[in-house]
Amino acid sequence: MSLESRVTEIIIDKLGVKPEQVTMEAQFDTDLGADSIDQYELIMGFEDAFGLRIDEDEATKLTTVGKVVEYLREKNLDQ
Amino acid sequence: MAKRVVITGSGIIGPVGKTASENWKNIVSGISGIRTITLVDPENFTSKIAGEVKDFDPLDYLDRKVAKRTDRYTQFAMVAAREAYAESGIENNIHPERIGVIIGSGIGGITTFEHEHKVALERGVNRINPFFCPMMISNIAAGRVGIDVGAKGLNLSTVTACASSGHAIAIAVDMIRLGRVEAILAGGAEAPITLTGVGGFCQLKALSTRNDDPETASRPFDRDRDGFVISEGGAVIVLEELEHAEKRGAKIIAEVSGSGMTCDAFHITAPAEDGEGSARAMKLAMQDAGIKPEDVGYINAHGTSTLLNDINETKAIKTALGEENAMKTPVSSTKSITGHMLGAASAVEVIFTAFALRDGILPPTATLQNPDEGCDLDYVPGTARKADIKHALSNSLGFGGHNVTIALKKYSGK
Repeated sequence: MSLESRVTEIIIDKLGVKPEQVTMEAQFDTDLGADSIDQYELIMGFEDAFGLRIDEDEATKLTTVGKVVEYLREKNLDQ
Repeated sequence: MAKRVVITGSGIIGPVGKTASENWKNIVSGISGIRTITLVDPENFTSKIAGEVKDFDPLDYLDRKVAKRTDRYTQFAMVAAREAYAESGIENNIHPERIGVIIGSGIGGITTFEHEHKVALERGVNRINPFFCPMMISNIAAGRVGIDVGAKGLNLSTVTACASSGHAIAIAVDMIRLGRVEAILAGGAEAPITLTGVGGFCQLKALSTRNDDPETASRPFDRDRDGFVISEGGAVIVLEELEHAEKRGAKIIAEVSGSGMTCDAFHITAPAEDGEGSARAMKLAMQDAGIKPEDVGYINAHGTSTLLNDINETKAIKTALGEENAMKTPVSSTKSITGHMLGAASAVEVIFTAFALRDGILPPTATLQNPDEGCDLDYVPGTARKADIKHALSNSLGFGGHNVTIALKKYSGK
């Protein structure tokens, strides 16, 4: 499964959104309706799924789906 | 003239059905909801039986995001509240700021608590779900129902163990009488069938161990009773000011004519000697409703099937009504069929009592075969009975010595 698909799957599971809403450009707050606790839970979901820890400063920058994918790719977690 | 309060909607999800009418059908027929526990491995419990809500999938009612972020007890409250709210037809007939919510729970989100406690121990406190606190707290059912139906009036929660939803109703009635709001969704919810929930009550020696015969294990007033049967579910009613309800042509189920609330100030779990506190609650409720003991046509007892409750409640009824009236008044415990839904129990039983008044049918103490010595009232044993009654009482008692009695009156039109 591609990195994009894995990230999309986690977002659908945590936020209860429809697959077509989860575009790379989608903003977690305005497009996917995630409040700050939703977003924190989502970060924890990525941490669990990819076996890493994302510190708070970095987490606040991950505001779109694409930015998460990019971040994980930089961490070489796309295999 | 003092304001009067009526029930214009009812909702129940519990071990004998997922709607109020399905529940009532099974209650009148005496069809038990008690089975072997499936929600958690019962192997090490002394009591391996319970009244579970069968085949409950929150996604049948709630969207995925809400379902994932609510404890089972909150889900039951939301399901019951939606049913009551829909039946009442009050939506668009009241300003959102003039309808409130009072929903009680004895425990709150114990499933969530256990789950996240395990996470904290096994994986560390920084892996606790960020939604843990707002899922677990025992007031969140009231908050969620407020959001769900858009009720912006007073919103709070009552926590008095097995009397929780009785207090919710009693306080709601008084709030409406005072003119704080015109309507309130009132009731309770509980989902205690977990490792520590059932395990804790087992350790208190409070639960029936009649594991080989679940359907007759809850035997209120019977000489062979050996404890209560733990159950889960939710029950909510729409309480509405009488004139407000009549003006909009609402279908009125029954009137809640009064309440009585007392404390034993005696012991944390045992009822006071001779049910002294409960007797005073019944007297206060009759006084509040403006009725005399001879007017009471039926009492829905707390009737838990524990040794102490049933004998003391019998004595309490005799004290409150006087021996002669007590002997003539039918008393039944629907816990013989539902088991004990703890924080939801009182609201469930107020609904059954309202239906009894509306339909002229007294629900039975279905499992009663051999009344215990000292349990000598008319407990409507075995099968339901037709009786056109005008006034009824519903009793509830909770650990801590909390007693509440709700008085109801048949509604016979404008």
